[in-house]
Amino acid sequence: MFLNQFLLLAAVLFCIGVYGVLTRRNGVMVLMSIELILNAVNINLIAFGTYLSDPTGQAFALFIIAVAAAEVGVGLAIVLMLFRSRRTIDIDTVDELKG
Amino acid sequence: MEFATEMLTRAWLLPAIMAASFLVILLIGKRLPEKGRSAIGIGAVAICFVLSLVMVLGWVDRVESPSGSEVVACGNEDYRPNPVEGEQPADSGFADEAAIGALGMVAIPTGESAAVGAVAAPKDGEAKSTVPVVCAVTWFSVGDVNFEFGFLVDGLSVMMLFVVTGISLLVHIYSREYVRGDVRYTHYYAFLSLFTASMLFYVLSSNTLQMLMGWELVGLCSFGLIGHWWEEKKNSDAALKAFITNRVGDVGLLLGIIVVFFAAGATSFNVFHLNEYALSGAANTTLLLVGSLLLFAGVTSKSGQFPLHTWLPDAMAGPTPVSALIHAATMVVAGVYLIARLYAVFWGGLEISGSTIHYVALIGGITTVVGAVLAFVQNDIKKVLAYSTISQLGYMVMALGVGAWTAGVFHLFTHAFFKAALFLGAGSVSHAAHHTFDMREMGGLRKYMPTTHKTFLLSSLALAGIFPFAGFWSKDEILTGANAGQGAGAYYLMLGMGLLTALLTAAYMGRAYLMTFWGEYRGHGTPHESPRAMTVPLVILTVFAVGAGLINFPFSLGAIPAHWFEDIVQPTFAFPSELEVARFNPVIAAISLGLAVSGVAIAWLYYQRKIGLHGLTSRNRVAAAGYKLLDNKLYLDVLYTDTIVGGVKGPVARAASWFNGAVIDRVVNGAGVGARLVGDHAYKYVDQGVVDTVVNATGTASDESGQFLRRIQTGKVQQYGALLFGGAVALGIIFVIVSSLINA
Repeated sequence: MFLNQFLLLAAVLFCIGVYGVLTRRNGVMVLMSIELILNAVNINLIAFGTYLSDPTGQAFALFIIAVAAAEVGVGLAIVLMLFRSRRTIDIDTVDELKG
Repeated sequence: MEFATEMLTRAWLLPAIMAASFLVILLIGKRLPEKGRSAIGIGAVAICFVLSLVMVLGWVDRVESPSGSEVVACGNEDYRPNPVEGEQPADSGFADEAAIGALGMVAIPTGESAAVGAVAAPKDGEAKSTVPVVCAVTWFSVGDVNFEFGFLVDGLSVMMLFVVTGISLLVHIYSREYVRGDVRYTHYYAFLSLFTASMLFYVLSSNTLQMLMGWELVGLCSFGLIGHWWEEKKNSDAALKAFITNRVGDVGLLLGIIVVFFAAGATSFNVFHLNEYALSGAANTTLLLVGSLLLFAGVTSKSGQFPLHTWLPDAMAGPTPVSALIHAATMVVAGVYLIARLYAVFWGGLEISGSTIHYVALIGGITTVVGAVLAFVQNDIKKVLAYSTISQLGYMVMALGVGAWTAGVFHLFTHAFFKAALFLGAGSVSHAAHHTFDMREMGGLRKYMPTTHKTFLLSSLALAGIFPFAGFWSKDEILTGANAGQGAGAYYLMLGMGLLTALLTAAYMGRAYLMTFWGEYRGHGTPHESPRAMTVPLVILTVFAVGAGLINFPFSLGAIPAHWFEDIVQPTFAFPSELEVARFNPVIAAISLGLAVSGVAIAWLYYQRKIGLHGLTSRNRVAAAGYKLLDNKLYLDVLYTDTIVGGVKGPVARAASWFNGAVIDRVVNGAGVGARLVGDHAYKYVDQGVVDTVVNATGTASDESGQFLRRIQTGKVQQYGALLFGGAVALGIIFVIVSSLINA
């Protein structure tokens, strides 16, 4: 089995996702980066599941896909409302909680 | 009869009904009109009276039926009044059959009565034991000791139930008129109900602890009702005197209960357990003697025995119906009841069977003479009756002392009726004569108050012991008992005292009767007969005063067998089996009747015809001194208040004052000064120095750390996310390093 390769791929995807979440100003891009992170985790789960011959990993991955779809739905709705109220989706402008 | 027998196991209903009546009158009495308040009390007592009649029937049935020796299953199964005897059947509420066989079979010597020619009662000549009905549950247990809570029904208690509920009912009805319009009408009826409840509780108690509770409760009610009109100092003083004098004896009672409890193996307070122990061969006579003398201290105060009788005449400050109920018929006989209930203890402790003089009989004899003598010098009709009560209580105690158990209890029974009738009669007289009790302001009342006059006359004759009224029979039995003694010969001293008292009683009652009802009216206004609510109870009581002697008639009377009262009331269980019941003695009866008649004659000649030595007290110094001694009630009050209390309270007060000034004040002042010094220093160094610095430093620290930390709070989600990821990464690195170090 090429477990190492899958883990490496997942690690790369995870890092790209984290980078995107932390640096992108566009709300939609942030959401997409989150999808990357989640999919990196999915790859990990499936890889380990296959490696250990345990279907639980695949089942988990399916749950995560479902939850991710819901999360994107909520996230896009937030971005839409943000746009409607401010005419922008730059999340740096949203800092009312500044101390 | 089924119901009547069943009722014997429901004895707790009676005190419960009266207690409920007390609470109802207390809580909603003020909202009702006067008649409603008394109606609650009268209704409750009437129910109790009917129930107690049912119980009397049930008990009579039990005595006469062969099932009387069977144990009635009642209470909880674990109740063991007699642990010494070992095992018992599971369905038994009291004791196993073997225990009853061993301890309960007491032969009443009935052969003699059959020889006199009586129609043989169904059970004459055979030993039959009737087991009391005991319903008890375990209250709580400490180690081996079972503290029970229960009710005991036997002949003695149903007799007391009849007396207490019957007289209480009549007094309730009488009071309706007597205290009409009183400021504390509710309080009065509430206390009457509480008293009846407590007295019923007391006579139904199955153990000495419960008896102590009832004993103290009736004392409390007595206190409350003596002080009913407490606005007058005299009345509240009398209430306090009654209460405190009783405290003196109650200490003895409490100690006596404890001593007898420990003597009997410290396992149970049940009266049968204690009695059975006292009768068993293993009994420690010395401990029983100490115990019974201590118990007798309680009897001395409660039942007005010499020398603690002084509270009883003062207790007449209370309303007259209360005097009739509490201070003549019921509460004051609690002590007599105590001796009768724990008779085996007294029997064994004082060795009644083998002596001709002992403490209890002697005190009873002294009391009976002293009370009778003091009754001569009283001008207050209620005080005459109070001293008469003391004298008669002495009679009862003396009877129990000389072994005449039934005679003493029977005298209790008859005395309750005629003395209650006399007190209620005195109340009726005072009602007519403008609320005075002074006989010097009465006189000639027989013309104005025919009903009161007749009932008073008949009851006086009953008290004086004139044939064929109730007092004659009961008094005669006591004298016969003293004459016969218990194995060791006659109690001659007690017999002499009893006969002397028979003479004195007739004379002082003659004096009181003549001063009140004969001659010319010396008061003011025109006296009038009392209303029906007052005269009807008088008539009912007088019927009993006249006829109650028949129920223990020495010969069979057709429907009533000979010595019926004795058969019903005298215990056949846990009772001294060697007790001998003296039988009717014509010589003694003739002597006592002769003395009583001569007492009446002396009173008539001296007080009515004015024959004899009048004015002797003002001419002869010895006679004057004697009168002064009696007038001052043998100086007992002086002894108590001035010598004992006065002698103690002066030094105690001085010592307390010194202690207060020299010790307590200094301690308090020192404590004050010390506290101020400590306070000053605490303010300067602790408060200003330490506490304030800490508080200020805390404030400054949080302010500055906040100023620093607010810079992190940018409000930008991505920065927070970056910190979160940074933290996670840092933790991950630490985790990897630590785990690799551990594994390496």
